[in-house]
Amino acid sequence: MTQAPPGPLVEIEGLSIRFDGLDGPKTVVRNLDLVIRPGECVALVGESGSGKSVTARSLLNLAGDGARVDARRFLIEGEDALAFSGARWRALRGAFAGLVMQDALTSLDPLRTIGQEVSEVALRHGLVRSSGRDALVSATLASVGVPEPEVRARQYAHQLSGGLRQRALIAAAIAGRPRLIIADEPTTALDATVQVQVIGVLKELVRQGAGLLLVSHDLSVVAGIADRVLVMRDGEVADAGPTADVLARPRHPYTRELIAAVPSADSRGRLLSSGRIVPDDSGAIRITRDPLPARRAIGDGALLEATGLTKRYRRNVAGPGGREAFTALEDVSLVVRAGEVVGLVGESGSGKSTCAKILLGLLEPDAGAVMLLGQPWSNVPERRRRSLRSRLQYIPQDPLSSFDPRYRVAEVIGENLSGIEPHVRRRRILGLLERVGLDGAFADRSPRLLSGGQRQRVAIARALAADPVLIVCDEPVSALDVCIQAQVVDLIAELQSRLGTALLFISHDLGLVHHLADRVIVLKDGRVVEEGAAERVFQSPAHDYTRALIAAAPRSLVGGAAARAVA
Amino acid sequence: MIFGPLGRRILSRLGTSLVVAWGSVTAAFLALHALPGRIEDILAGDLDYPGLREAIAAEWGLGRSLPEQYLDFVARIASGDFGVSYVLRQPVAQIVGSQILPTVQLATTAGALALALAVLAATLTAGRGGAARSVASTIELTCASAPVFWIGILLLMAFSFSLRWFPVSGAGGWKALVLPSAALALPTAGLLAQVLREAMEKTLEQPFIVTVRARGLGEGLIRLRHVLRHAALPAVTLGGWLIGGLLGGAVITEKVFGRPGLGTVTLNAVLTHDVPVVLAVVLLAAFIHVAASTLLDIVYVVIDPRLKAQ
Repeated sequence: MTQAPPGPLVEIEGLSIRFDGLDGPKTVVRNLDLVIRPGECVALVGESGSGKSVTARSLLNLAGDGARVDARRFLIEGEDALAFSGARWRALRGAFAGLVMQDALTSLDPLRTIGQEVSEVALRHGLVRSSGRDALVSATLASVGVPEPEVRARQYAHQLSGGLRQRALIAAAIAGRPRLIIADEPTTALDATVQVQVIGVLKELVRQGAGLLLVSHDLSVVAGIADRVLVMRDGEVADAGPTADVLARPRHPYTRELIAAVPSADSRGRLLSSGRIVPDDSGAIRITRDPLPARRAIGDGALLEATGLTKRYRRNVAGPGGREAFTALEDVSLVVRAGEVVGLVGESGSGKSTCAKILLGLLEPDAGAVMLLGQPWSNVPERRRRSLRSRLQYIPQDPLSSFDPRYRVAEVIGENLSGIEPHVRRRRILGLLERVGLDGAFADRSPRLLSGGQRQRVAIARALAADPVLIVCDEPVSALDVCIQAQVVDLIAELQSRLGTALLFISHDLGLVHHLADRVIVLKDGRVVEEGAAERVFQSPAHDYTRALIAAAPRSLVGGAAARAVA
Repeated sequence: MIFGPLGRRILSRLGTSLVVAWGSVTAAFLALHALPGRIEDILAGDLDYPGLREAIAAEWGLGRSLPEQYLDFVARIASGDFGVSYVLRQPVAQIVGSQILPTVQLATTAGALALALAVLAATLTAGRGGAARSVASTIELTCASAPVFWIGILLLMAFSFSLRWFPVSGAGGWKALVLPSAALALPTAGLLAQVLREAMEKTLEQPFIVTVRARGLGEGLIRLRHVLRHAALPAVTLGGWLIGGLLGGAVITEKVFGRPGLGTVTLNAVLTHDVPVVLAVVLLAAFIHVAASTLLDIVYVVIDPRLKAQ
């Protein structure tokens, strides 16, 4: 077979992947076609369980234990991969294709140095002798933009920042000079500014001629880099084509749902999950959404008032000296008024969590004070706080770990309903479940058996049970898929409108904060760098850091908002 | 500071070890004085002749105040003087010193054998379903639950009495060491293999194993280079306890196989109420425990660099 160079790296038709589990065979990928050429980025987009990761890993024959891969055609550089032996696959791994996974902290061997990890693939394939090891490591690390590569090579993954660590992971995958890079959620869990850098590194590798298969749950990440995109749902390809086409003219309802579910400035005051895509006069698309119920007026008085909060830790560091003082929070003041939604944004390490803990009365500040409903809240004995505790509630990022593992849903919610007669209490629990969109039958289930969205609904019901004036929401939807995220955000916004509960909404997602918040507070290195009405902060940010954050945030996928975000 | 984080950790760990060792000496002193009866009678054991009690009282300075006696006791132990066995009419240090070598030889051989067996069994069977894993696991559980003396007797019956491959007793040459080490190693190996396999299987589920596989490494190399080191952490945690088990087991094994060593010394000392010797053996066991756990704590940091910063 003669092929015009460059021939495709991967050519797959009719791929199906099946797992023979204890409860019968389960097909996780059906009838998938995939072609990747050198110098091209193809993206697989879908929610968790859509089969995207398993598809990507099948290119390395690493789909998992007991996976049965079948296809009408499965060519790797023109050869029939279905006939490959185990040894042949091992020879391809690392040399033909390199794998970059999510979260370098767990995807690099934590007990080995960066240098050992980066050089392993090249040593395995005999591309370098041990004498040339250090030079290769330095060159590879430098090529992905790691400063001081010789120093970094002697360090361990836990000693590097998130962005450097992820670049080291990419370096470890490309040290064998693979023709294809498989990147499975390479930027998930990274801060937006770091995400931009990592995508930039991948882009450069594609420009140099590598093929890239990018797996992501996030269409907006993919939009900036992929030439073609495959939208997967329940193991099938729902939509496929050049990225611009798929985004501009989404054919499949699911793709439309994905696009419409992304929160942004345009969706403010509206229900995210009600988004419908309609063609514009110009042939582009527009999203229309139903409005939220009318908001209650925001009060003048402060519910929660923090002044001059400061918190310092001593932390251990490697090297001489050993310990250093670390300022987690420095002179932070903030106010939440009745019925107000305040967004607290910042990247990891900015002090968001420390701030939340102090506001929740779980941590005492070194300096400064918190007042709740006009009464002292910080630096008072716990028994003086107890009567006020119910007025301030909390919705965590991972609700399951905040539930007693032996409790059923009714008991979880019932925690906040003490001192009520049993049958009244049961009625209240059922009423709260209905309020968060769950059937009464959920009351007797174990939270472990619920989906992520349902668990978050239970956490919301538990918070509401206490009849709070203020709820601190700490990244409440970060772990959820886009469509589920839209539904939970809608629920929070709808309840907020009806009940007038104030929210302190902590998030790294600027689009989401823009969608929800009346006022925004931007934290950086433990200090408030900017504060103001959401519209004002997003449209004319005063601080450089805020501008950098907004610039790094993924663009809205649909026309109008993108232009506005750039302005 | 001239020391790195590792050096500082070792120094502080050595400090703690000294405190623990001092604590065990104190406990021994208190136990001696808390025993009912006169100290002279206790130290004399079963022996009785005119002037002995007075000689002991003079040597131990029993006429002095308790704090004075205590300081003298600690100072003597620190200088390696464990007193005199009145039963054997020999310095205790000399008795123990002459018998410690065979015991250490037995315990270290058994320890090395146990480690080798456990690593082999765990590496070959971890994460692999099927018959081999269940068979290995069953054998390990049996070994871990069987008493040392019973395994010893079974080995003697099979390899000495029936097959006549190895001598029944004594300490001459490597042949005499085979059966006692095996008997002592098997329970330890069984337990260690179970812990190692469990830890290896947990490690094999970590995301970085997928990364390593994607570099084209074969299964053997993945286990030896990456998985084993992670699995070593829980095994090291168990290490201090296992070393204690080996020493205790060695005493019994020596008796079963008729080997010389601390076991015989200890047993005879207990039977003849030779308290100075018993006291020395107890303190020696405590010091070995302290030394072992100190060493393992340092090994811990060497294995896992993440602990350096803590």
